[in-house]
Amino acid sequence: MPPRSLGTAVAVAGLLLAAWSLVPVIRNRPPGRTHFVGLILVQALVVAETLVAVGHLAGGAHPREYVTFIGYLVALFILLPLAMLLARLEPTRWGAVIVLIAALVVPVLVLRVNQLWSGGA
Amino acid sequence: MPERTAINTGPGRVLVGVYGLFALSATARATVQLATQFSHAPLAYLLSALSGVIYIVATVALARSYRRLALACCTVELIGVLVIGTASLVYPAAFPKATVWSVYGIGYGFVPLILPVLGLLWLSRSGTGRSGTGRTGRGRTGQA
Repeated sequence: MPPRSLGTAVAVAGLLLAAWSLVPVIRNRPPGRTHFVGLILVQALVVAETLVAVGHLAGGAHPREYVTFIGYLVALFILLPLAMLLARLEPTRWGAVIVLIAALVVPVLVLRVNQLWSGGA
Repeated sequence: MPERTAINTGPGRVLVGVYGLFALSATARATVQLATQFSHAPLAYLLSALSGVIYIVATVALARSYRRLALACCTVELIGVLVIGTASLVYPAAFPKATVWSVYGIGYGFVPLILPVLGLLWLSRSGTGRSGTGRTGRGRTGQA
């Protein structure tokens, strides 16, 4: 069984960050300190989710589409740091759009990881 | 030195990010598919690989402001997603496994269809004046 509550926490955190990023997008402002702090907080949850997943694999689990599962984990792990770099380069409203999109992709990746978590089904 | 049209800032930077994401995921997926189960659906998997390569080139072209190359990539993508999207509906038997472009990118929230349109819109709005990178002087003639 995938860590449902952790997965939900990551997904909800991503959605909250996306909603919060909408403010500077609408007000035509660059992303602020709170958005970068938000990115770090969501990434902390992502790290927790990734560690649980790695432990799951280390415990001998064999998810459906094993390699793809790892691919999603890697993507999940690097997504927000890369988005942060890119958003820092773009101190305009479009930087906030970058944070927004990356934050929206987090729940999608978490969903896919959880779908592939156990074999079969 | 030809002056560079700034297609890699503002909305262009967002496009670089999203293209980068697609470049990564499409290429990774195609690599896995080709390596492990090529015989299941060679056409679909080769198309996945092709789309991955185009996303990589598009990402680089947008990030480095290679305007003409970016235009070419977005155009190829749009044609690709329309042709493959239609073909996958008309001849589903030829596509037993999904590609990025199947059914107009339905597996990816239709982003593969929207992305080249946004790319072309951005390229047509940004950087008035110069076209192309002017780096080599080779290539097609007479584009506005």
